[in-house]
Amino acid sequence: MALETTELRPLGKSIKRKEDARLVRGQGRFLDDIKLPRMLYLALVRSPYAHARIVGIDTARARALPGVHLVLTGEDLAKLNLAWMPTLAGDKQMVLATDKVLFQYQEVAAVIADTRALAEDGAALVEVTYDPLPVVVDPRRALEPDAPVLRDDREQRDNHIFHWEVGERAATDEALRASAVVVKESIRMPRVHPAPVEPCGCIADYDGAMGKLTWYVTSQAPHAHRTVLAMVAGLPEHKIHVISPDVGGGFGNKVPVFPGYVAAIVGSISLGRPVKWVETRTENLTSTNFARDYFMDVELGADDKGRVTALKVTTVADHGAFDAAADPTKYPAGLFSIVTGSYDFPTAFAEVDAAYTNKAPGGIAYRCSFRVTEASFLIERAMNSLALKLGVDPADLRFQNFIGSDRFPYDSPLGWTYDSGNYAATLNRALDMIDYRALRQEQAERRARGEFMGIGISTFTEIVGAGPSQSFDILGIKMFDSCEIRVHPTGKVIARLGTRHQGQGHETTFAQIIAEELGLSTEDVLVEEGDTDTAPYGLGTYASRSTPTAGGAAALAARRVRDKGRKIAAHLLEVSDDEVEWDGQRFYAAGAPEHAVSMAEVSLAAYTNLPAGMEPGLEATFYYDPPNLTFPNGAYVAVVDIDKGTGEAKVRRFVAVDDCGTVINPMVVEGQIHGGLTEGFAIAFMQEIAFDEDGNCLAPNFTEYLVPTAVEAPKWETDRTVTPSPHHPIGAKGVGESPNVGSPAAFANAVMDALSPLGVTNLDIPLFPWKIWEVLRQHGVTE
Amino acid sequence: MFPNAFEYQSPTSLDEAVALLVEHGYEAKILAGGQSLLPMMKLRVAAPTVLVDLGRVPGLDARTENDRELSLGAMTRHASLEWDEDLWARYPLLRETAAWIADPLVRNRGTMAGSLAHADPAADWGAALLALHGSVTVDGPNGSRRVGADDFFVDVFTTRLEPDEVLTAVHIPRPEHDVFATHLKLERKVGDFAVVAVSLQVEIDGDGRIRRPGIGLAGVGPTSLHATAAASLLEGQPLSLELIREAAAKASAATDPASDRRGSADFKRDMVRLFVERGLRSIESRFDEGRRRSA
Ligand SMILES: Cc1cc2nc3c(=O)[nH]c(=O)nc-3n(C[C@H](O)[C@H](O)[C@H](O)COP(=O)(O)OP(=O)(O)OC[C@H]3O[C@@H](n4cnc5c(N)ncnc54)[C@H](O)[C@@H]3O)c2cc1C
Repeated sequence: MALETTELRPLGKSIKRKEDARLVRGQGRFLDDIKLPRMLYLALVRSPYAHARIVGIDTARARALPGVHLVLTGEDLAKLNLAWMPTLAGDKQMVLATDKVLFQYQEVAAVIADTRALAEDGAALVEVTYDPLPVVVDPRRALEPDAPVLRDDREQRDNHIFHWEVGERAATDEALRASAVVVKESIRMPRVHPAPVEPCGCIADYDGAMGKLTWYVTSQAPHAHRTVLAMVAGLPEHKIHVISPDVGGGFGNKVPVFPGYVAAIVGSISLGRPVKWVETRTENLTSTNFARDYFMDVELGADDKGRVTALKVTTVADHGAFDAAADPTKYPAGLFSIVTGSYDFPTAFAEVDAAYTNKAPGGIAYRCSFRVTEASFLIERAMNSLALKLGVDPADLRFQNFIGSDRFPYDSPLGWTYDSGNYAATLNRALDMIDYRALRQEQAERRARGEFMGIGISTFTEIVGAGPSQSFDILGIKMFDSCEIRVHPTGKVIARLGTRHQGQGHETTFAQIIAEELGLSTEDVLVEEGDTDTAPYGLGTYASRSTPTAGGAAALAARRVRDKGRKIAAHLLEVSDDEVEWDGQRFYAAGAPEHAVSMAEVSLAAYTNLPAGMEPGLEATFYYDPPNLTFPNGAYVAVVDIDKGTGEAKVRRFVAVDDCGTVINPMVVEGQIHGGLTEGFAIAFMQEIAFDEDGNCLAPNFTEYLVPTAVEAPKWETDRTVTPSPHHPIGAKGVGESPNVGSPAAFANAVMDALSPLGVTNLDIPLFPWKIWEVLRQHGVTE
Repeated sequence: MFPNAFEYQSPTSLDEAVALLVEHGYEAKILAGGQSLLPMMKLRVAAPTVLVDLGRVPGLDARTENDRELSLGAMTRHASLEWDEDLWARYPLLRETAAWIADPLVRNRGTMAGSLAHADPAADWGAALLALHGSVTVDGPNGSRRVGADDFFVDVFTTRLEPDEVLTAVHIPRPEHDVFATHLKLERKVGDFAVVAVSLQVEIDGDGRIRRPGIGLAGVGPTSLHATAAASLLEGQPLSLELIREAAAKASAATDPASDRRGSADFKRDMVRLFVERGLRSIESRFDEGRRRSA
């Protein structure tokens, strides 16, 4: 059979996604597609109260229901020392509640039955008696001295989880005092949920004879999950086989370990049968990991010429009932210290106090490198307010304060070393695309007619690719990532990585990296992830870390293969090693390009015709510990028209120019941008996991938690600038989360820009029509 | 997300359907398009033990029209009202309203009668039926009766229907003059129930005077509402900006909305005013344009 040679030198080409061959045909294999022989189903009993003492749990009627095999309560788990489990944030979380519940929808009991419907019937028969307790929903209230103490399992008798701070408090206060202008805003980034199309779930299949647990799970980090499981459940790690099949979106939601997982595993071990647990949509939205929920007070100073002088941010973070945030261990507030953004602040200070409340635990990094969205929203909103206060154009203000392209590597006042960027070029491109000056002109004309049109800018800097081992770990495990490459005799490659994609396109983009390095076509490279028995260890896919870490490992592993290939080529070409050149597709003898061998020929020789003394085979593994994070940036511009009758803000145009360094596949990048912008749009205008004063979740389904469709989503206009990362093996930075991180501020800034003639500088997102209508009405300017 | 166990019945005559309802009483639920009932059953908000499917009852998809009215059988789907060009000229509000409901998938299954029987105060058809001065036929163990739209809605999810009765047909008076209609809706996303919706229909006679005006409101009270005071203001008058504003204010005053996360009561009241105003003004300009063209 002829070898395929499509798309040689694939790096940078918009190659169609290989995984789509199955995904668009509905032939993906997701968790809920898997049915094992003798499999049982698990349903959870959940608390209707946000805070209540459990007086009693009566499982008799549930156990008596034909078809029910097991009913588990916290008491049962306590006997196994599993009533509580550790969280990634170093706290502990109830698996099944024992003496009290701390949030509505908390897991109280598990029912395992022959069918899913029977399990739900059984769950409905579990009778739990509650004695309601006072509820705390606002984290600022939680931190007041007289607030009820929620976590009576802790020695500490208050609701304070941690205080974290960075920067120079005194110097910042001093600089603010000396500043000609200081803007202050209280910026709220509300609780939202990533709401992946596929909710979380697992199948636990314990083989008692071999003592081996096979665990199918919707996981963004299968290796980390296996280690956590080994630590929590006391199972030997090599006898836990984690398989993360096709994953239908993660966005951070599938990083933690959830109570349903533990219950399914205990159930399978107890019953000796496979047990499946899959969340409902409501369970997903109400119990497995929200994001954001930061209350941020900012003070931003500038001199009389508009140069920024200092930034101070004071934050209260709502972590819910358990601190189940998924941040690198040394960063309890994630990478919030990126809050100085793209601007050259001489000094800055940021602090976060985290509180327990009677709400679901979290928060995870929803398409976000650990609190970067909060930081980016804060600084971009504050810069907008500064422009309004100074009466200068917000684009001009940014140009004036950008970190210059000649300043990289740039040391930020809060401790990061930005790798590269050309912020002015990125913003200039966006302004050109949207014809910014003409829009400002149009706006002036419309304003004169009493219309409300706004232009919002966000020029964010991201921080992704966690991370370098000196500071980044999760529970001690360093946040490197890995790639193993096996080249088979006919020159076909299987590559396995420690990451686990959920729609990002790794099967294509990582194949492109490897094919590029090896002179092959993307078709020649099969990328596999998600199986802990086969893939090398890695920390998984979230926080835009896969390309910065595993992508680097892929390039470097491929170079190891090529290095061996060079020696084999020398043997085949009958020249010495240092006389072999590589032209990107073939090895050739220096000075004689026609005297060449392909990687496929070299591969065959690795198994058939080796130089004397060389080890057979053609394989390499690389564990890549990145020297730094990568710092992608972008310039987003939104244009909105406000309907003066309804208060609706209609997004007329949206331009997104991203700089993520070297682009592996422009189409995949564009797809990531479109998806993330649509999420950012939803966060700005539609979504909030809100609670009433009794702690009832007000958005427990898609009727109330709104997910935009193509009808609502604006038309996205995208482009890019390319400023490679100097330290990444192929110059790439992460990109998946940029649009979610950068866009909410662009939308909000556009609305504030529209309303600024009324003196409005800040409204809380989501910007529901009625909020804008209230403002218009107060000023007597509704239609 | 699984309903409790239930029995499924598929009667092949109306008598059989009614007999099943009589037999099972409150335990039974009629299944039409299933687009409200099935989601509620999956959430176990509704837990009927017997489902009586109307899908095989003959005649329920019938459509008849005489010089007085159009009659639509209970199994008429939203989609057929959206796409049946036949009806557009004489009954434009049907299309205007249907297109606002949910998404094409739901519209292919859901029925107008099911929506009316379900009586969600934010539903679009309730408002439209009031604006159309429509009525419904109800069949039960004691025979058949007619209920006018103004009389049909009792409270949230409550109508004049008894548990053993079937809504078999919806009737809409045939317009006698040129007819103008529009449905305005504030929704948070496509397919959402109305934050507020206003259904408007007026006929305009040869003298340019309004006849049989109807203003139906959704989302602003415990039931679909008919802004009768506003409508009677319009009766017999030519449309003018002043009159429109007065009617809009009256319609707004007739509402009783609740404050919630979709907006405050004040906001919703103002949306009624706005939509009545916008709707009537668009009707006025269409009417004026028609005149100009025929002149
Ligand atoms: C995603 C989604 C979005 C939606 N958006 C909208 C929207 O924007 N606007 C809107 O108005 N509606 C909306 N709906 C509701 C939709 O219009 C339903 O089709 C309608 O409310 C019910 O009609 P059905 O035929 O599906 O009735 P079913 O769900 O079958 O029944 C509804 C109720 O009415 C009873 N019933 C049905 N038919 C009869 C009958 N002939 N006689 C007596 N009782 C009967 C049933 O017993 C049940 O209690 C939406 C639904 C969904 C799923």
